[in-house]
Amino acid sequence: MREESEKGEKKPTKEKRIPVFIMGQKYEVPEGFTILNAIEYAGYQLKRGVGCREGFCGACATVYRLPGDYKLRGGLACQTVVQPGMYITQIPFTPAQKATYDIEKLKPDVTTFQKFYPEVFRCLGCNACSKVCPQELDVMGYIQAIMRGDIQMAANMSFDCIMCGLCTMRCPAEMAQYNIAILARRLYGRYLSPKSEFLEVRLKEIEEGKFEEQFKEIMSLSKEELRKRYVERDINFKIT
Amino acid sequence: MSGYPESMQESLNLVKKTRPKRVELARKGLKIFNALTMEEREEVLSKYHPDYQPDSKKIIRLGPNKNEKLTARIVDILESHSRINPDDIDLSNPDFDVDILIIGGGGAGAEAAIWAMRQGAKRILLATKLRIGDANSMMSQGGMQAAVNPHDSPVIHYLDVIGGGHFENKPELVKILTSEAPMIAKFLSHLGVMWDREKDGHLQTKPGGGTSRRRLLSSRDYTGAEIMRTLRDEVKSHPDIITVLEYSPAIELLTDEEGRVAGALLMQSETGEYIIVRAKSTVITTGGFGRLHIKGFPTTNHYGATADGLVLAYRVGAKLRDMDTVQFHPTGAAYPEQVLGFLITEKVRGLGGQPVNKFGELFVFPLEPRDVEASTFIRECAEGRGVKTPTGRVGIWLDSPVIEEISGPGTIEKQLPAMLRQFHRFDIDIRKEPMLVYPTLHYQNGGIEINGRTETNIPNLFVAGEASGGVHGKNRLMGNSILDYNVFGRRAGIYAAENALKNNIGKKLSLEHVRKWEKELRDAGIETKKISPILFPDYRNFELIKKHRKELDPFVGFALTGWQE
Repeated sequence: MREESEKGEKKPTKEKRIPVFIMGQKYEVPEGFTILNAIEYAGYQLKRGVGCREGFCGACATVYRLPGDYKLRGGLACQTVVQPGMYITQIPFTPAQKATYDIEKLKPDVTTFQKFYPEVFRCLGCNACSKVCPQELDVMGYIQAIMRGDIQMAANMSFDCIMCGLCTMRCPAEMAQYNIAILARRLYGRYLSPKSEFLEVRLKEIEEGKFEEQFKEIMSLSKEELRKRYVERDINFKIT
Repeated sequence: MSGYPESMQESLNLVKKTRPKRVELARKGLKIFNALTMEEREEVLSKYHPDYQPDSKKIIRLGPNKNEKLTARIVDILESHSRINPDDIDLSNPDFDVDILIIGGGGAGAEAAIWAMRQGAKRILLATKLRIGDANSMMSQGGMQAAVNPHDSPVIHYLDVIGGGHFENKPELVKILTSEAPMIAKFLSHLGVMWDREKDGHLQTKPGGGTSRRRLLSSRDYTGAEIMRTLRDEVKSHPDIITVLEYSPAIELLTDEEGRVAGALLMQSETGEYIIVRAKSTVITTGGFGRLHIKGFPTTNHYGATADGLVLAYRVGAKLRDMDTVQFHPTGAAYPEQVLGFLITEKVRGLGGQPVNKFGELFVFPLEPRDVEASTFIRECAEGRGVKTPTGRVGIWLDSPVIEEISGPGTIEKQLPAMLRQFHRFDIDIRKEPMLVYPTLHYQNGGIEINGRTETNIPNLFVAGEASGGVHGKNRLMGNSILDYNVFGRRAGIYAAENALKNNIGKKLSLEHVRKWEKELRDAGIETKKISPILFPDYRNFELIKKHRKELDPFVGFALTGWQE
């Protein structure tokens, strides 16, 4: 925590301000702030376009331009540090197709994508999706893997996707890569990844009541006995 | 190149210097530091844990927990006025008449919706303050506990949970939690969750703080995100049965003439529109309270974690429990300032990462229960063995490079991609340099008391996930929150659907409990401008908001400074 009372410590120096443009309006905000901090500092209390604030939820997709640069860049407001003269607009929502399906009834192959997301096959190979991805994923790469029917590869390549929607906003083939990718991951997880044999054994043990006697015994202990049992328990990270 | 400023380099060099010796200890499989005895645990907790500070709790003056000591900030938020005057609202024409209303779109809410549907419910409304999936569930990284190894069992898991919770958990709930964990692992896998697996398909397991076996299932370090986005996808795949209403927080529950819960009053957060929902069963899955910044701590929590459900339920008469303890996660980021408080997964320590002080010395067993581990970090800093940052904060090092020295290069990229990416954004390579950490506000250990059917003491009101109380006692172990919301979210869906089959609510909706609440406030002599639920924290520049104003809206600046009274 901030140590305010400690003697002789230098107080943090007053922060330097830099100009940024939030939806065209100019504000002076402290240097080093993230875009999200800057928007709030400017006086906005967000009710949309804000989420986990740690880069996991994809709620705060933002596009920006830097002075003298023609490129439209994308990022997460909570993870991108402001730069002088930055023009900022949040994209709190992406209009996108989301197929509805019963995962139990799907086939884990390319035909599923042909059925639910035929636009996958319109990919132009322009790579605009990968360039804008704030997670630096090879978005085009996983789309092409899907076109080849390699669902495992698509699932792994897209694994770190936070579904912010920026790829979709840039795609000239007008597909919703992030919704396509989650279908690939669900198909892989449900059908293609290897299964645990022992998990079935354990489920059967529980169903058959194998642990009921032990539960009965441990739940009948007094707090003191339970404490003793806990302290004396064997901690072992070697065995599985 | 180092990602840290000059002033921190001296200490970094010491960490580097002591690393080979620490790696050698770990390689030999020796305990790198002795675990504390129960007595030593008590001592460090009472001296350094924020819950044990004299100003951390106060007595609540009204409601079902009247005269009990609760966390002070919680008392503040409970001893508040409603956002509405019941006389201003006409309840005669509900906008929705459903079997089940679920309030909160995180993991517990999504599980409840899916299982209510599987149970045969046809009209399910899931209302959420932000978007579905905007929740702490999305952010948990480390994993989910489940006894899926031959040398582990639900009973061993049970003992770990009870001990971690200081023997204050509701045993009935813990038994359910640990017994249903393997089933949940399979259910999620069936939905398409990509668990980390061994080559033969066996689920990979890692140790966690306070566990006695390897029991933590993971999906890289996006475990929460992987599960939440899969549940969300499943919910969104059934729009004919589950209606999702986003940006629509509940601001009060509704009852029937007999005081049984019968739905809720929602408010569209941007337009202010009131939405009246009549429901046969109401499920609260609103999550926790991190954004209340208890004791001024930064938090790992989602923007929406403002304890809304707690306030609503308390006003309608639901009893709370274990609301006198707060979980501080030992490893919140302390540098750089932009990511202050942000969660550094416990998996870092599960993989062998070591906490060391400014001299590069080990000072604690890395996998103590969270409250104990956090207290030792605070101790090191309070006694001058912490590392100072340029902005005047202090922390201890979490030495991540040892992970690759122990398990080989590439381990961090494979196992901690999110952490690697987050720090890389600020020019810190966690494969080469440690992270600076300090405890951060993480979890609401207690909540609205439930039984094994997720019922509360109020008819038709169910609660699951972080909003509920009893599962974790006074301290939750790592990997049990994902498990909690899956196990009890599922149960809430099933039992809420069952409950909805009964003819269980009267025709007329009522806000009588709000009138009663206001009277209780007056009778207790509580004069306040405070209003709750607050719905959103406020991080605006306070100077700007104060400018030229004599009077402030009661919510202004809440998160940073408490209410402006």
